Amino acid sequence: MSDYPRPLPVPDPTTLPYWESVKAHAMRIQRCNDTGKFFFYPRGVSPFTLSKNISWEPVSGSGTLYTYTIVHRHYHPGFASEIPYVVALVELDEGVRIMADLVDVEPDPQKIKIGSRVEVVYDDVTEEVTLPRFRLAGS
Amino acid sequence: MSLFAGKVAIVGVAESDQIGKVPDKPAIMLHAEAAKNALDEAGLTHDDVDALFTAGPLPLELGEYLGINPKYADGSNVGGSSFVIHLHHAALALASGRCEVALITHGESGRSRVGMFWPDTFPDSVLGQFEAPYGLMDPVGSYAMAAARHMYQYGTTKEQLAEIAVATRKWAALNPKAYMKDPITIDDVLNSRMISWPFNLLDCCLVTDAGGAVVMTTAERARDCKTTPVTILGIGEAYSHALISQMADLTTFVARDSGKRAFEMAGVSHDEIDLAMIYDSFTYTVLVSLEDLGFCAKGEGGAFVSGQRTAPGGDFPMNTNGGGLSYNHPGMYGMFAILEGVRQLRGDYADQGIRQVPNCDIALVHGTGWNLSSAGTAILARM
Repeated sequence: MSDYPRPLPVPDPTTLPYWESVKAHAMRIQRCNDTGKFFFYPRGVSPFTLSKNISWEPVSGSGTLYTYTIVHRHYHPGFASEIPYVVALVELDEGVRIMADLVDVEPDPQKIKIGSRVEVVYDDVTEEVTLPRFRLAGS
Repeated sequence: MSLFAGKVAIVGVAESDQIGKVPDKPAIMLHAEAAKNALDEAGLTHDDVDALFTAGPLPLELGEYLGINPKYADGSNVGGSSFVIHLHHAALALASGRCEVALITHGESGRSRVGMFWPDTFPDSVLGQFEAPYGLMDPVGSYAMAAARHMYQYGTTKEQLAEIAVATRKWAALNPKAYMKDPITIDDVLNSRMISWPFNLLDCCLVTDAGGAVVMTTAERARDCKTTPVTILGIGEAYSHALISQMADLTTFVARDSGKRAFEMAGVSHDEIDLAMIYDSFTYTVLVSLEDLGFCAKGEGGAFVSGQRTAPGGDFPMNTNGGGLSYNHPGMYGMFAILEGVRQLRGDYADQGIRQVPNCDIALVHGTGWNLSSAGTAILARM
């Protein structure tokens, strides 16, 4: 057991390839082969067709900041020392949206512009788990 | 052609005995008290109820506690809009003869946390894997992200959001049951403690303990009830996602569909709405609902609510009980929007001056649930 103080994801069989990919610092997400469209979070079926004709595709982890909030009150004690911190929705270049925190940034709405380019940062929070986070591109 | 107008009636509405801070009662008892109070108001009894609708406890748990064995039940829980949606489901059951007296109940010990129903987030759930690790405060963080996108896309300002909180507090000052009654200014909202940017404390609803209940019946049975019956002219519901990351466009939500369905069934225009009861979990929830329900164009919600237009004396009476922002919000609020809509239509506040909306003939009650995920819209009138 690690002493990481915040909630950790526990993969299920349908999401495991995603969590393995971020642990390898090489994110892969799913694509529906019937429609050619990407989707996220990982699922056992395509949300476009319910088909299992799905492939795992490597992605760069680059995208655009769609929106964010700056959290000043925590709901879980593990986050108390982090306040204030930025939680964002990032639109990857493949068109899917992913929630993650925005790191290496001043938590100031004047300095964080929606529409900015962002890139993934892999954070090995325990021996077993890596969390993708994001930072402003070039920061 | 309305499925329900003149055929089904709301004949009783009530809160639990106390609302606000109720540390000595479990959530299920708040359901029970509200049920008794609403049945008493209608002139009906425990033994008349043959259908149960609730969100929170299972209908089995509710029926057992109340000692009611219904022949029709619905435990749909789609967030705070659930109770407006239950109006729809109960109306369908009544109109098709499946039941005669439908009881819709709600109760949450949101502040005192006595006997609550919600499970923890499991770490292998979708929420546990893809959102919980990042510390978004739920649900305020989701609504905050939606508001931030609306501000970016349409230039909506924090001052415009604050207008809603200030106007709603003015209505709360007229309601003896309201939790917060002291007047506030736009600066007070902007200077209150930051919770999750762009939301300050006064952009956010209360967290209280409360129960509420609605009794519905057929037109025939309504004749024997003690209250002025209120009927459903039109009603609609709609759903999209559960997680905010899965919402297609954070500046618009399914109120556009539930509202359209309700207006089409009712056959009334927006100009005919005398009172709008719009779920106010956050100031932004109101602004985006007004746009999506069609009271103004997309992006114009900020201008629509400016100048205290929704306050007492304004030309758009809204959330006249003081809303979830200032009257009561135990976790889900839709029930309490219904209670106020019905009371205004019946003229319950006729001797209370400005609190009674004059010539209140048609009321719109709108519920929003989860993370801008579900919507239920009802258009109500006296029978």
